[in-house]
Amino acid sequence: MKKRWLSVLRTPVGLSAGLLLFVVLALAVVAPLLWSGRADHVDTNVMLEGASARHWVGTDDLGRDLFFRVLVATRLSIQLALVATLIAVVVGLALGTLPALVGPRLGRFAVAVVNVAVAFPGLLLALFFAVIFGVGAHGAVLAIGLASAPSFARLTQTLVAGVISLDYVAAARSAGIGRFRVLLRHVLPNIAEPLVVNATIGAGGSLLAFAGLSFLGLGVQAPQYDWGRLLGDGLASIYVSPAAALAPGVAVVVAGLAFNLFGEAVAKGFGLTTQLGRLPEAPSAPADVPELDTEHVLDVQSLSVTLPGGLRPVRDVSLRIRRGEAVGVVGESGSGKSLTALAIAQLIEEPVQVTASRLRFRGTDLLTGSHRRLLGTSLAMVFQDPMTAFNPVRRIGAQLAEGAREHDGLTRKAAYARAVDRLRSVRIREPERRAGQYPHEFSGGMRQRALIGMGMMGKPALIIADEPTTALDVTVQAQILQLLQEIRLADEVALLLISHDVTVVRAICDRVLVMYAGRIVEDVSSLDRARHPYTRALVAAVPTMETSLDEPLAVIPGRMPDLADVSVGCAFAARCPLADDHCRQVEPSLETSPDGSRVACWHANDLALTTRGS
Amino acid sequence: MSELRFEAVSVRYGHGRHSMTAVDDVSLTVPSGEIVGLVGESGSGKSTLARAAVGLTPISAGRITLDGRSIDVRSGVRRQLQMVFQDPYLSLNPRMSIGQSIGETMPDRPRSQRSAEVRRLMQLVDLAPERMSQFPAQLSGGQRQRVALARALAGQPDVIIADEITSALDVSVQGTVLNLVRDLQSQLGLSMLFISHNLAVVRYVASQVVVMYRGRIVEHGPTADVLADPQHPYTRELLSA
Ligand SMILES: Nc1ncnc2c1ncn2[C@@H]1O[C@H](COP(=O)(O)OP(=O)(O)O)[C@@H](O)[C@H]1O
Ligand code: SF4
Ligand SMILES: [Mg+2]
Repeated sequence: MKKRWLSVLRTPVGLSAGLLLFVVLALAVVAPLLWSGRADHVDTNVMLEGASARHWVGTDDLGRDLFFRVLVATRLSIQLALVATLIAVVVGLALGTLPALVGPRLGRFAVAVVNVAVAFPGLLLALFFAVIFGVGAHGAVLAIGLASAPSFARLTQTLVAGVISLDYVAAARSAGIGRFRVLLRHVLPNIAEPLVVNATIGAGGSLLAFAGLSFLGLGVQAPQYDWGRLLGDGLASIYVSPAAALAPGVAVVVAGLAFNLFGEAVAKGFGLTTQLGRLPEAPSAPADVPELDTEHVLDVQSLSVTLPGGLRPVRDVSLRIRRGEAVGVVGESGSGKSLTALAIAQLIEEPVQVTASRLRFRGTDLLTGSHRRLLGTSLAMVFQDPMTAFNPVRRIGAQLAEGAREHDGLTRKAAYARAVDRLRSVRIREPERRAGQYPHEFSGGMRQRALIGMGMMGKPALIIADEPTTALDVTVQAQILQLLQEIRLADEVALLLISHDVTVVRAICDRVLVMYAGRIVEDVSSLDRARHPYTRALVAAVPTMETSLDEPLAVIPGRMPDLADVSVGCAFAARCPLADDHCRQVEPSLETSPDGSRVACWHANDLALTTRGS
Repeated sequence: MSELRFEAVSVRYGHGRHSMTAVDDVSLTVPSGEIVGLVGESGSGKSTLARAAVGLTPISAGRITLDGRSIDVRSGVRRQLQMVFQDPYLSLNPRMSIGQSIGETMPDRPRSQRSAEVRRLMQLVDLAPERMSQFPAQLSGGQRQRVALARALAGQPDVIIADEITSALDVSVQGTVLNLVRDLQSQLGLSMLFISHNLAVVRYVASQVVVMYRGRIVEHGPTADVLADPQHPYTRELLSA
């Protein structure tokens, strides 16, 4: 959390906005202490003078120096804006969390109230309140605070609704923890960041609004003065001395920008970006560029992914996929499966570096040029997390149809019809009705099926599916896998299927890649023929209908080394029953056998011998 | 330990024309000290049934009882029923330390005792107590699921409901969690409703199995019998898959 705030300050915009905000706040604190005297010094000899060497922006009708008055006004202007924001935040939070506290029926009422209030024009509301509370700073503060509360309340409601449906909140509630405590400990801390960011931006808005009210004479009253009042006074003599109006105007804009920009920078720094990083050139030029390769849809050589710190979660991965071939990738979480898939689909974001000596998709070199359109057309990606893959506020059918309209130029109606058809093909009952529903109305399994349907909206040559069936039950899994098979055979679509579930991969794939600690350690046509000790241990750890009930399940002792701990020697050595000193000192390379399989283990052949012997 | 009973329980989502029955007239008993496996396809209502038992989803008909006492009202009985969720990446609050998460469900007691109890539970689920001050992000999936189990045990429940607790885990850790479930059951005599879509997993931990299909229970019996001689077509399909 602290790190992320710091990283915001490291971006150019974040740093400038942060500095600007700091200067504004510092001025608010020190200006009245230092310059009150000069700002209030009445000098009837220099009334209403223009800018001069002595009075940089001129003087007012009592001969007071306007430059210092603008500086001193910083405190009141900022103070009022902050108080108004505080009111907005407190009222907004109270209204926004109400639905979570009072139960569904009253909650719906609270939501409706907020929705109406949001629709009401803010300034009108402020004027209305100004009339009720009377003209003056107090009334104006309340007015602006209350006027900006509804939008804050709505944001809070949306954020709370998002978090409250998460499992850890359900876990707390099911454990009998009270609603108020759940809100305090589980919900609010997890939505604090966007709220803080929004409040910062809101403070900029309040500042502007306040200047507006004061300018109209509804805000701060003499003898107090803020920027809005200075602006109003200055405007009277704008033709005589334009600086008198411009200076407070500039102050309002600068301070408003400081809040806004800083808020935006923080929001951006907190990962609300959607930009995709480009693949940089490979360090080593491809030595043997093959002639146009029509046999393989995907040809990857020496793909590595490097984190900013220099750690490499994916190391030297090479793989080829033939047209219509189904290749599985297994390995425990953290072994680099998903990153490999994302790197191939060019979905890795900027600070993370992807390098490869070759990356070709259907003969096209992905290392050069931009290929954004690959995704969603000839390359389909089915993600691991069905919750984040769908936009929660749009209907499923429309979300599926969107891509097809964009890529294939279908009409709205045709695209929607295809969406319904794909939903049906992934075995969603009543697809017409379901297409009109929102993601949260689908059960987890159905969401995942809809996601697979989304991957099939285009005419893909390769489907990369990252844990697509993890949450599905066996029968639906079987149907989905069958569906994938049908599509593959009909259109020669290749499949890269990533799964931690050995059974799934075993059932569908022509070939299995096994990843461990960022490398491919085995590439074999059938898991039954596995020679790597890790692969064999994985297979043994899966309970089957024949597993003995009287013994504990076989487990792999220890755990995969952390990225930082991957050192010399075989990464599996610490858990391997066959490890010897040689294993611990020299990392085995991935060797290709005559039958085309590949394995990275010094004892792969001994192992094959022992199994054949037994 | 106690007995959890669902008596003719129905759960409906939505209102009027748009309503759908997710759980339809389900009666089912989790006897004291036994693990009952609940299998069925996704959308068949397994999770809905589980969520109804812990009060996350209101039931529209029937009754859920713990040792004969009705638990559909918000009463202290709720704490005696704890749920463990499928995805340990979602079910732990990222802003709370492991110790806080486990301690939260504990009945009120002095501070020193609380921390000692957290340590005991962590050891019980095979986690180093030194990890108490760590946050979920620093733990692997299997370790998180153990934290979730420890948190459930902290409430001193009479019955634990486990909803697909191994299906988001790697094969290499799935085994350790299943071994742990069996150990806990034999050590503490836990009663458990163990929901899974994987028959081989249910076969390994449960003494009885219940098969749900489209919101209804279609088959029920001792695990060995159901697997050896399935009666309902859906169970047969499940077995051949
Ligand atoms: N909050 C909800 N609103 C409406 N329908 C829901 C909701 N949650 C689940 N459902 C529906 O209830 C049915 C059963 O879902 P669920 O109990 O999650 O199935 P399972 O756990 O067996 O996968 C599904 O058809 C699903 O669409
Ligand atoms: S190289 Fe050695 S340590 Fe590594 S898997 Fe093979 S036998 Fe085990
Ligand atoms: Mg479920």
